[in-house]
Amino acid sequence: MLKKIRVTLAIVSILLVTLLFVDFTGMAHVWFGWMAKIQFLPALLALNFGVIIALVVLTLLLGRIYCSVICPLGIMQDIFAWFGKKSKKNRYSFSPAKNILRYVLLAVMLFAILAGISSIVALLAPYSAYGRIAQSLFAPVVAWVNNLFAAWAERHDSYAFYSVDVWLRSGITLGVAVATLVILGFLAWRNGRTYCNTVCPVGTLLGLLSKYSVFRPVIDTSKCNGCGLCARNCKAACINSKEHMIDYSRCVTCFDCINKCSRGAISYSFRKPKAHEAEEVTPGKKVDTSRRQFLSVAAIAATTAAINAQEKVVDGGLAVITDKKKPNRKTRIVPPGAISIKNLTDHCTACQLCVASCPNGVLRPSSDLATLMQPESSYERGYCRPECTRCSEVCPAGAIVKIDRAEKSSIQIGHAVWVKENCVPLTDGKECGNCARHCPVGAITMVPSDPANENSPKIPVVNTERCIGCGACENLCPARPFSAIYVEGNERHRIV
Amino acid sequence: MNNINRRDFLKRLGLGASVTGLALAGCNTAGKKVTSSGTESGEIPEDKMTYRTNPKTGEKVSLLGYGCMRWPTLSGDGGRDTTDELDQDAINDLVDTALRHGVNYFDTSPAYCKGKSEHATGVALSRHPRDSYFIATKLSNFAPSTWSREASLAMYRNSLKELQTDYIDYMLLHGIGMGDDGMDVFRKRYIDNGVLDFLIQEREKGRVRNLGFSYHGDVAVFDYLLSKHDEYKWDFVQIQLNYVDWKHAKEVNERNTNAEYLYGELAKRNIPTIIMEPLLGGRLSNVPDHVVARLKQREPEKSVASWAFRYAGSHPGVLTVLSGMTYKEHLEDNLRSFCPLKPLTDEDNAFLYETADLMMQYPTVPCNDCKYCMPCPYGIDIPSILLHYNKCINEGNVPASKQSENYREARRAFLIGYDRCVPKLRQASHCIGCGQCAPHCPQSIDIPAELHRIDGVVEKLKQQI
Repeated sequence: MLKKIRVTLAIVSILLVTLLFVDFTGMAHVWFGWMAKIQFLPALLALNFGVIIALVVLTLLLGRIYCSVICPLGIMQDIFAWFGKKSKKNRYSFSPAKNILRYVLLAVMLFAILAGISSIVALLAPYSAYGRIAQSLFAPVVAWVNNLFAAWAERHDSYAFYSVDVWLRSGITLGVAVATLVILGFLAWRNGRTYCNTVCPVGTLLGLLSKYSVFRPVIDTSKCNGCGLCARNCKAACINSKEHMIDYSRCVTCFDCINKCSRGAISYSFRKPKAHEAEEVTPGKKVDTSRRQFLSVAAIAATTAAINAQEKVVDGGLAVITDKKKPNRKTRIVPPGAISIKNLTDHCTACQLCVASCPNGVLRPSSDLATLMQPESSYERGYCRPECTRCSEVCPAGAIVKIDRAEKSSIQIGHAVWVKENCVPLTDGKECGNCARHCPVGAITMVPSDPANENSPKIPVVNTERCIGCGACENLCPARPFSAIYVEGNERHRIV
Repeated sequence: MNNINRRDFLKRLGLGASVTGLALAGCNTAGKKVTSSGTESGEIPEDKMTYRTNPKTGEKVSLLGYGCMRWPTLSGDGGRDTTDELDQDAINDLVDTALRHGVNYFDTSPAYCKGKSEHATGVALSRHPRDSYFIATKLSNFAPSTWSREASLAMYRNSLKELQTDYIDYMLLHGIGMGDDGMDVFRKRYIDNGVLDFLIQEREKGRVRNLGFSYHGDVAVFDYLLSKHDEYKWDFVQIQLNYVDWKHAKEVNERNTNAEYLYGELAKRNIPTIIMEPLLGGRLSNVPDHVVARLKQREPEKSVASWAFRYAGSHPGVLTVLSGMTYKEHLEDNLRSFCPLKPLTDEDNAFLYETADLMMQYPTVPCNDCKYCMPCPYGIDIPSILLHYNKCINEGNVPASKQSENYREARRAFLIGYDRCVPKLRQASHCIGCGQCAPHCPQSIDIPAELHRIDGVVEKLKQQI
């Protein structure tokens, strides 16, 4: 029963989190956006005390439930482990805790967070590791399937589906995602939750709490015959069946052992002296257990609910368009709501949720070592459209704080810079002004290039006081591959 | 033109269902005639084509002429790719079908289908005896680089080669009146370089059997050429005529002239008229639903397009009515209109003028998808943008404001349809307004202004979620 509840919740949970990463319409976030916000590390970085307190209380009450039903990376490992158990039964065994490694890595993580070494935080954060896998590997598949539907809808004159661009945002992030999937998948397939109990800093931290949890699996020595079946089915390798001991810091409360024990010797019960335990657990108390189960499920439900150019000679044909290239920006651009590059770097765990949700092809993971896989903006494929505030809505870590459309229109994330050598009125001798026409804040004015001659080709001048750095000018500039106007990021965003 | 969209299909289905209903009812009251197919899909007679006589040569020209501007491509309907080739097999089949049913006038140009039309037309026609059809082509020296005498004559000689013939039946000066200054461009293309004199000599030598011009735009050039009729002896003139342009040309486009005037001037001088754009590039077949209902109600078994063709053909001074037929279904539908032509009555005409008044209430852009404006040097797909906009106007998917009743659906249909019809990089937002397209437009559309306006509509729809 307990295991069934755990499995059901886990499946629902991983499906919802995955949905957040593969849904490009933004609808999933309206309903399930809180699934990302209850993840431990992002909540910690966002200083989301409500979530942190709730997770601490949950762990103190029920053990590392977080690891088995909330953390998507943990659930993903369970899926691999499930296949592993299919190929070979009773494949695990008890192993002593590798405490030195665990605490060193926890210390490294804490140091990295405090020192702002974001690439280490990004690599160790479990939810973010799963996010990268979902965004890099699952989202393209969903998009391709969607595009098939879109093609089908188009043939039937239906607007039910529309096609979306699938493009490689960063080779490094894809590589990290594949490596994570392969390594963790293999480890989980062989040994279960190795990663969670040796590497994962969140697992280690919660393990410190779950040692003292109120509810916990307990071995009834009077019933146990020492067969060791529980230990051989413990994916956390934390049951020492010979000693009748369970290492609660590593137990992820999966309830597999309870189900496996043929003698009913393991129960999920109150923390009590063993002697009393043996006396009290009698068949007559079964009603109690179901009530407890109900209460524990209700507790989980309550915690989650509380948080929430050429000459024309013939007719027709299309001119070839060369792709835009990314200009060499001195300062990178981060999306509005990030407050400053430092704020983003300090809080971001590189989960890719914002990248996955950007509908304009603007956000992509950085390949810079210091800010590895954290989002940055660039305008070759689109620009930061005035009506969109999606990245700020989805960010669970406080790296991009929530803003509305009105706020967005007044946040300067960068400023436009004109490149004389590329400007079409000067190079082609043609009237243009496309940047000025599309500037949403009217920061660009077209003026004669020769002050003495009113009729000379008109060039853009930028009022940097009004420019918000959205990149409409850069994206819609006809100069290719390098635009004649591009955006330099602002280190600190300003309010106009 | 005879594209069946979903609505039409449903409508026909409904029609079919009601016919079946009637037929079933008929079973009870014996003696009623029942058939398995409507007149819209019956056999087309091969010997009933209506012909008009060329007063100079006495030759009989079929009232339906084949416009070779919209030949099918291998990639199918949406063949706007720069690499798509013409589908020669399909073209051969279309030409064979047309000839078999009595069509004998084929109108092409060195510019059509990215310059590939003449060759494909020549290949298809040369499989038949040369005296079984008339070839019309044009001196399409639009680009300033072809204004010189040498380049213009090279273009003419190349036409003879591509069409695999040593004479042209109907030779046209192409697109007179186009350009910012129609008169100036006309002089540079045909007078200053002596090309018109050359063509008159060719006519004397018999290599050009009939000499005329096609007219768009500036009416001053039209009037000037007609005033010189005694000198040039125009054998025919090609104009745009349809039931909207007859009285509303100015409303469709300020620079256009009512067909009533143009046709009247030609009839006065007894010059045979050839009609182009009888369908306004498909805009008289793809009309708002209630106009479809209105036309269908009057003659349920005639297509919407057939009204426009019969209208054009009913003018006695018309030698032939051109139609650029991409699909077999277009050809068959048109053959039904002309094999033979049942001329429209005065009541029919009055009915059509009323219909035109109704259609004028829709602010569509008068684009005929001729692609003369293309290629845009900055990669914009101009006709696709304009056609998508017109489609949305006709289907009521350009909501006036966020408060409009169907705002959400209309917004979705407009924006998703836009991305489907036009790749993002070729959309109106990338138009820089250089204006290189505008002088090429035979409808004198201010293309950059229209693109910027449509871009404004798109931007508004995108922002108002």
